[in-house]
Amino acid sequence: MSLHCCREENPDDIPHEVAHELRFHCFSSALPPREVRMVMPGGIALDVGGVTRKISARGNERGLRGLKRSWRRHWQLYLLILVPIAYFIVFKYVPMANTIIAFKDYNVVDGVWGSDWAGLKHFERFFNNPVFWPLLRNTFLLSAYVVLASFPIPIILALALNEVRLKFFKSTVQMVTYAPYFISTVVVVSMTILFLSPRLGLAGHVTEFFGLGSIDFLSNPDYFRHIYVFTDVWQTMGYSAVIYLAALAGIDPTLYEAARVDGASRWQKIVNVDIPGILPTAMIVLVLGVGNVMAIGFEKAYLFQNSLNVSQSEIIATYTYKVGLLSADFSQAAAIGLFNGIINLALLLGVNAVVKRLTGNGLW
Amino acid sequence: MSSTLEERPTRTRKLRVPEPPNGRKPTRIKDPLVDRVFMVGVYILLTTFLLVVLLPLIYIVASSFSDPQAVSSGRVTFWPIDFTLEGYQRALSDNSILTGFGNSLIYTIAGTAISLVLTVAIAYPLSRADFWGRRGITIFVIFTMLFAGGIIPTYLVVQNLGMLDTRWALILPQAVGVWQVIIAVAFFRTSIPDELYEAAQIDGASDLRFLITTVIPLSKPLLAVIALMYAIYQWNSYFDALLYIRDPSLYPLQLVLRNVLILNQAAPGLDAAAAFERQQLASLLKYSLIVISTVPVMLVYPFVARFFNKGILVGAVKG
Repeated sequence: MSLHCCREENPDDIPHEVAHELRFHCFSSALPPREVRMVMPGGIALDVGGVTRKISARGNERGLRGLKRSWRRHWQLYLLILVPIAYFIVFKYVPMANTIIAFKDYNVVDGVWGSDWAGLKHFERFFNNPVFWPLLRNTFLLSAYVVLASFPIPIILALALNEVRLKFFKSTVQMVTYAPYFISTVVVVSMTILFLSPRLGLAGHVTEFFGLGSIDFLSNPDYFRHIYVFTDVWQTMGYSAVIYLAALAGIDPTLYEAARVDGASRWQKIVNVDIPGILPTAMIVLVLGVGNVMAIGFEKAYLFQNSLNVSQSEIIATYTYKVGLLSADFSQAAAIGLFNGIINLALLLGVNAVVKRLTGNGLW
Repeated sequence: MSSTLEERPTRTRKLRVPEPPNGRKPTRIKDPLVDRVFMVGVYILLTTFLLVVLLPLIYIVASSFSDPQAVSSGRVTFWPIDFTLEGYQRALSDNSILTGFGNSLIYTIAGTAISLVLTVAIAYPLSRADFWGRRGITIFVIFTMLFAGGIIPTYLVVQNLGMLDTRWALILPQAVGVWQVIIAVAFFRTSIPDELYEAAQIDGASDLRFLITTVIPLSKPLLAVIALMYAIYQWNSYFDALLYIRDPSLYPLQLVLRNVLILNQAAPGLDAAAAFERQQLASLLKYSLIVISTVPVMLVYPFVARFFNKGILVGAVKG
């Protein structure tokens, strides 16, 4: 009996044999999956061992009825998902609610909800603080620099790797450039400090060799951004290149053939086929990068910071940490954090909208 | 003497793949000059990338085996000078470093296990098309990527839960990564055929049973990817410990490293040494410490990299 014949029938009329046949096929896995699927639309009832079960491939029904039905079928999954949802509520959403202390005078005794309202006092205090503009400037410049430097380099790396036909060379370069991604921030920073320490470090020997004397890179605030950005590029370029390599592998081979017929050189092929091919991917990576502009890593800036370079290395995140935990001014710190988060969100939405309008690709 | 019949196929083969005349390499169509010049540029560029990444790493390893005096006078380049294991001996005989190492192992193993369970628990239901509320929950999860409470509000939660200065503070607050959830959902959706689920249902298996007996065994590659992501994150993280941990006996390795390497606090085991020697020993210790703390990660790296690529690619699939 053909399985197709039961498609239009009333579920209750399905003959017993069909159920058996379907079951047989499902477990023998002899049927290509698609064929089994064709039986499903609309949902059919099957009599299995005296128990009637309803199978349905239909998607969600909206509203309470859908929930009820889904609950009856998937109550175990609902119980299962409750645990991670509780995690998200406790560790992600409760903190969001806790940002309310930015509008209050938080004190430990009364807690988050019991403390007195303070209006916009903490925001005003932050905006009027002489550190506000330098802080904003530092955060913004550092982040923009990171985005600008770490956006093109992985693309260049991927395009170059894509040209190489020597498998061994290609995989060696990929393996090696990928490796620093796994080294911890603490280690990368301390390596950098060791290299750049005057007299003792490698850089000291190099600068002395060229007669520049020993330069103390880390205590000069002007070098901070370059050090930060290039250690970042060093650490992530191999990792970031992978996604572009995948995009390059996905380019339609007929485009290359057409380019060859047209007599394109390798360079022209890159410009006219490869780059347009990875553009959508690149745009998404760029949007994500810009979305991170204000959320830039606390970790590394804090590790690189010392009393001499603080004029450029103090960014909003490090400042929040100091105000909040070292001086225990929770409300002020929450206000600064909230300000930062909102700018971050606005940037992400804005850039996504712009990119979407220009290229048709966005995050959503 | 061969017949014409036998010769013919040989000739056609010759036409397809030109056989080289004796002793010469097969002739290939050469790239145009412009392309050959371009390729030289590509190789130079890639070699530069390779060296830029590799040389610092070699230098660190070479220095860690060298006499500190040779390091500070700049004689060490990419091969150990005056080979010594003293740095390693000192690093490995120090209590705070050993404690940190042990703690990091605990955090990594426990944290990864918990993260993995929670990630599967949320990702599997979200991958089922007939799970009511899927869209809502997905938005609920993704939103935390766009906007976060920030350092202090999160700290308050940890404080209120009484987790300050406990191991939980390093394991729970960062337990689930949104990115990992996205990867897992995409994997379940594409790799577990609906028909399998339907078959299990007909057979009377519950959702949970299906998950445990069928989905999880079929998802080993995925589980490996996200477990490694979580493990690397845990092993390398120091920031949570900086926020939540005061008790040095709970410090993870990275925080110990930060204290020794970056803050120069109490370079261990050097009390009797003279100031100059002390400084040199401290620098020796630093190189060895960097190597020691990175070795576990680098040991798994060759296996990890392949999986990581897969993870990135799955994660890159939109939707």
